[in-house]
Amino acid sequence: MAIKQLTVYVENKAGYLSELTKLFAESKINMKALSIADTKDFGLLRLIVDRPSDALSVLEKHGYLGKITEVIGVEIPNETGSLSKALSALADSGVNVEYLYAFLSGTPDSAYVVIKATDVSAEEILKKAGFKEIKGLSE
Amino acid sequence: MEKQYYQKEIETMPVEKIKVLQSEKLVKQVKHVYEHVPYYRDLMDKKGVRPEDIRGVDDLHKLPFISKSDLRETYPYGMLAVPLADCVRIQSTSGTTGKRVIAYYTQHDIDLWEDCCARAIVAAGGTRDDVVQVCYGYGLFTGGPGLNGGSHKVGSLTLPMSSGNTDRQIQFMMDLKSTILCCTPSYAAYIGETLKEQGYKPEDNHLKAGIFGAEPWTEEMRRDIEKSLGIKAYDIYGLTETSGPGVSFECEEQHGMHVNEDHFIAEIIDPETGEVLPEGERGELVFTSLDKEAFPLLRYRTRDICVLSRKKCSCGRTFVRMAKPMGRSDDMLIIRGVNVFPSQIETVLLNEGYAPNYHIEVDRVNNTDTLDVYVELLPEQMSDVTEGITAREKALSAAITTMLGIRPAVHLVPPKTIVRSEGKAVRVTDKRKLHD
Repeated sequence: MAIKQLTVYVENKAGYLSELTKLFAESKINMKALSIADTKDFGLLRLIVDRPSDALSVLEKHGYLGKITEVIGVEIPNETGSLSKALSALADSGVNVEYLYAFLSGTPDSAYVVIKATDVSAEEILKKAGFKEIKGLSE
Repeated sequence: MEKQYYQKEIETMPVEKIKVLQSEKLVKQVKHVYEHVPYYRDLMDKKGVRPEDIRGVDDLHKLPFISKSDLRETYPYGMLAVPLADCVRIQSTSGTTGKRVIAYYTQHDIDLWEDCCARAIVAAGGTRDDVVQVCYGYGLFTGGPGLNGGSHKVGSLTLPMSSGNTDRQIQFMMDLKSTILCCTPSYAAYIGETLKEQGYKPEDNHLKAGIFGAEPWTEEMRRDIEKSLGIKAYDIYGLTETSGPGVSFECEEQHGMHVNEDHFIAEIIDPETGEVLPEGERGELVFTSLDKEAFPLLRYRTRDICVLSRKKCSCGRTFVRMAKPMGRSDDMLIIRGVNVFPSQIETVLLNEGYAPNYHIEVDRVNNTDTLDVYVELLPEQMSDVTEGITAREKALSAAITTMLGIRPAVHLVPPKTIVRSEGKAVRVTDKRKLHD
């Protein structure tokens, strides 16, 4: 279930995100999902891309600060209560979620959810609860 | 191996003999200045000191000081002590703290300045077989011309690179196998960084030593530079007002810089009262030029805060040693009533595992001083959660608070976002408008 997420430091100034996405476009790196965590001084852009290692080297070459982190990617059925079921499974085992974000799976039957948990057992717990991992998102 | 000196007899002269030599030279120099520099004659007259009152170094304290404002007032030629026709060169300060100061030299003045630089190069292990890459600025700045001249005197092959164009610096360094690098410490660090980026390891270059000066730097920065370039880094000190680099220099002990006492007398004074402080006490460094003909400053206040030591040095040199200046009294910031030197912040950064790339911004908001410190994050310090970065900011702020006694707002920013300079680093922006 582990997938590679790219986190990028985003300065709080006009044009920063635009320049960054332009770099990806030029390097033919495809973004599958993104989410932003922000503070009053800076933001963190969390991305799922098709080629995370290449994306990181492109960023570093241009002076951006990035980091690759392993996160959990699960497929959630497009049914009421299914995310709640996944999160309850984690909560019942005392696993805390640091952050999560969802994106479209490309089929109407499910959505994809990226979860960063405080405990490595999260992956097993979700598998046992019947959730499927996401495949073929990135290298 | 036998210890190497450029001018052994002078550099290892017994302390008592140095004092006799200084006294003889001082008596002559005071007379020379009194007769030829009306501005200083007036200062002496106002203080009621006659040239004949100065019979040796013990009388030095009777003489009036010269400060930067005197040099501004006498700009350009008011301190000239010989006919202008006898001068062969001028050099100048960058003028960052106001009107620039120009210094004038006779050929004799240039010679003794270059001797001082040659002593520094030999103390760093330089011989005629070395290749000395000088990437201090050439031109009005004294760094390039001083080390260039010193290197010639030693007989080393001199590469007059001047500053900037780092790719070319690296190409010459590799192709011509430079063995000694002379530049500002911040530029040395930048060269080290660039070498690493270009895929070079420290052992890939032929450098053995570096002679770095012209701006404040810390022991931690020295260790970083030594590691990144694979060299031994020597400090050198000087200022345009006394001639340029080479007023003092480090030996292999790397523990304080030997003042060329045959040419300069160093004193430490209380910056408030002007009183001379005993050896070992911290205060403002004051220099008297003993041999200079054209621009012979007596008791020039450097604004550098420093300590002198007469402790015997294992290198055999008997010249008094000055510690690395801990700041300039005019670089010193007074923030919420506390004296702050940028070098203190740099020390904390290096202790806490950050690169010494920082910028300090001081402002006044609602009548309270604010201190913002911008520091570059290293790639391995990046986090995927905002708390990973904000917690680091808090910890660094706490460490700086412990050092300074006032709490800064720390901002961690991506690498390379703080402007690097190829000359002197601009570390501080003071936005307070205290004098309208």
